[in-house]
Amino acid sequence: MKKLSTLLAATAIVTLMAGSAWSKTLVYCSEASPEGFDPGLYTGGQTFDASSRTVYNRLVEFKHGSTELEPGLAESWEVAADGTEYTFKLRPGVKFQTTEFFTPTRELNADDVIFSFERQYKADNPWNKYVAGASWEYFSGMGFPDLIESITKVDDLTVKFKLKRAEAPFLANLGMDFASVLSKEYADKLAADGKMELMNQQPLGTGPFTFVAYQTDAAIRYKANPDYWAGKEKIDDLVFAITTDAAIRAQKLKAGECHIMPYPNAADVAELKKDDNLTVLEQEGLNVSYLAYNTLVPPFDKAEVRKALNMAVNKQAIVDAVFQGAAKVAKNPIPPTMWSYNDAIEDDKYDPEAAKKMLEDAGVKDLKMKIWAMPVARPYMLNARRAAELMQADLAAVGVTVEIVSYEWAEYLKLSSAKDRDGAAILGWTGDNGDPDNFLDTLLGCDAVGGNNRAQWCNKEFDDLMTKAKATADVAERTKYYEEAQVIFKKEAPWNTLDHSLVFVPLSKKVSGFVMDPLGIHRFNGVDIAE
Amino acid sequence: MLRFIFGRLAVLVPTFIGVSIIAFSFIRLLPGDPVMLMSGERVMSPERHTQLMADLGLDRPIYIQYFDYLVNLLQGDFGSSIVTKRAVLTDFLQLFPATVELSLCAIILAVALGVPAGVLAAVKRGTWLDQTLMGTALVGYSMPIFWWGLLLVIFFSGYLGWTPVSGRISLMYFFPQVTGFMLVDSLISGQAGAFKSAVTYLILPTIVLATIPLAVIARQTRSAMLEVLGEDYVRTARSKGLSPFRVIGIHALRNALIPVVTTIGLQVGVLLAGAILTETIFSWPGIGKWMVDSVFKRDYQVVQGGLMLIAAVIMVVNLIVDVLYGFINPRIRY
Repeated sequence: MKKLSTLLAATAIVTLMAGSAWSKTLVYCSEASPEGFDPGLYTGGQTFDASSRTVYNRLVEFKHGSTELEPGLAESWEVAADGTEYTFKLRPGVKFQTTEFFTPTRELNADDVIFSFERQYKADNPWNKYVAGASWEYFSGMGFPDLIESITKVDDLTVKFKLKRAEAPFLANLGMDFASVLSKEYADKLAADGKMELMNQQPLGTGPFTFVAYQTDAAIRYKANPDYWAGKEKIDDLVFAITTDAAIRAQKLKAGECHIMPYPNAADVAELKKDDNLTVLEQEGLNVSYLAYNTLVPPFDKAEVRKALNMAVNKQAIVDAVFQGAAKVAKNPIPPTMWSYNDAIEDDKYDPEAAKKMLEDAGVKDLKMKIWAMPVARPYMLNARRAAELMQADLAAVGVTVEIVSYEWAEYLKLSSAKDRDGAAILGWTGDNGDPDNFLDTLLGCDAVGGNNRAQWCNKEFDDLMTKAKATADVAERTKYYEEAQVIFKKEAPWNTLDHSLVFVPLSKKVSGFVMDPLGIHRFNGVDIAE
Repeated sequence: MLRFIFGRLAVLVPTFIGVSIIAFSFIRLLPGDPVMLMSGERVMSPERHTQLMADLGLDRPIYIQYFDYLVNLLQGDFGSSIVTKRAVLTDFLQLFPATVELSLCAIILAVALGVPAGVLAAVKRGTWLDQTLMGTALVGYSMPIFWWGLLLVIFFSGYLGWTPVSGRISLMYFFPQVTGFMLVDSLISGQAGAFKSAVTYLILPTIVLATIPLAVIARQTRSAMLEVLGEDYVRTARSKGLSPFRVIGIHALRNALIPVVTTIGLQVGVLLAGAILTETIFSWPGIGKWMVDSVFKRDYQVVQGGLMLIAAVIMVVNLIVDVLYGFINPRIRY
């Protein structure tokens, strides 16, 4: 029976497609298969591109190409004076998608919002463990289980979030993928049919594109949602052609087999730029790569020693060698595209002579240290070993002997968090929501020591600023605190900030309206293609 | 014959248990666990890590996990992927036909070109033709698949524009998966041009995957032929005045084929290994790519389930090869 219905559905789609011939179709060569289609369950960017950014919407959305927030499914919101209550007015008349597998009978209401969140933290919610090992990674990673007191329905189109404490980044967090709003009506139907797992295979939301089919590891197909509340998209069909190899993606783009590709090899960018039919968009990524000293272990507990080591390293040479120019030297722990970036700060100057003297003054002689190099390439650091080798040579020039060590990736992540870690570790971060708190407090706050705070650095002055910045929703005030925090960071030098990498998106000149997103997601609403 | 087959089937049972132990322990020997990798750079608290490991049943003693796994296996349950949460068997059945289709085409190409090349080289032993063929085979055998594949793509797809770059069929065509074999499904679909499209997408991956087996088969055929050509019965056949075609094609080749068939059987393993790289280059949605991704994510269930299923396929192929010997050489009796 199931086979028959699949067959019928597919036949219907084929007929539809045949009717519209090869309609206005945008092909995106995506970099990996989606882990699934329920954005709450996963952390991979490819999964978000394929689910939350196509099929779903959130209460608040990031403006296209920025980290600023704008109304999404919530038309407006109010924050209580003490910052612990957020009341959202939902947009009226928002329709869920009608698909081959489900026809909604009602419009979006408060129940859908409550369902979408409660399933992620209420252990007694039947959807909390609807697939084996469901871990709601982002919901938990952003600290929501300890933050949300309750979510209540005020009326059909009003929802109130009560928090246990004031938390200014909360609103930005609601723009993240895990906060996508699902249909409770669809969920109830799946539960009644005993097919809950389909929520992760056949997504249904309010977003710009309607899910049609996923051909495992090969392609994902969508159609423009004719009922989309912000208006139907200009393209008719959207296809993700899953192409894991970056060199092959580039070839496909050049051959016209797809229109947009993410993550080209750094070495291919120049050639893609030369192609007359292509445009290569570029933007500084919302990321940072750093070398974190272990500030609990002498002599790295002394700021002057860390500062001297920073001055001994030629960061420009690292950026040139590892990124071939596709990155910028970092001076602050947050990227320049983020609000509150303190551009007045001056980076530690590369000055081996001065560094040598500072080390002598600090009483450090014949220093031997380890540098941990990650075994994998990440967007913020393409080749950590090469970077470590360059640092090794630079530090040798000031009399410091460096041994480079590495571990398997999962081990590396675990061991680099240890408080007694022996050596300085190369690592980095890609922002989740465009809020400075997501870098500064997450990576350098006292609570994160032994965890994300790889420098094991706990500075009271810095930490107080983090607490103050969280307690107010006033962006101007928060900016002040974060700018001040960056000054303390530079003075104390728990890290040597290495680089912010550039991100490229090559695309066909036929495509218009595609905007690069600082959060690294790829969105196709508003995109058009010349026929 | 039947007794032989049953005997071989009985041997499969301990082999299976052996494979299950290896498959089960191999992935667990790798450092790092799936929960750790799930969170990436974001550090997970030790309590949460423990909780999630418990949710996945990975906190229990390893022998209990293994016996659970075995019991489920006997009921045909290969478990679900830790990452995608989909059933391992469902994914395998969906992806495996793609690998089989590609491997079959590759082995057909390898045999169709490799055997004649080997025979020709043996007959023309020592001539420029022999040296050219064997030199080419050596190059083919030593070819790094990834580089070779990329080279073909850049030349034939990029420069000449003759073949598509990657995928299984043009995205224009979309029809339900019936058999999983694109060549068959595209015919069933009745959509004009679909079959042709599927063929063009098969060309480059087939060539890339066939390269190494082709070289091995050519070399093996040559040496087997050389041995047979020196035998008394070949000389007798020649002295009887039989045509060279009958001597080589019937008397010599048939006897030379036994080691060649063994080689072809063994190439199935090589093909599956080669498929991993070929599938990655050509975005071919088969099990090779699926397995590699799973190893990186420490997706225990997929890796062990996938290994078991692949081992089963290889065992069956080897059994078929053994049975085939009897048909090629009637002197072999079981």
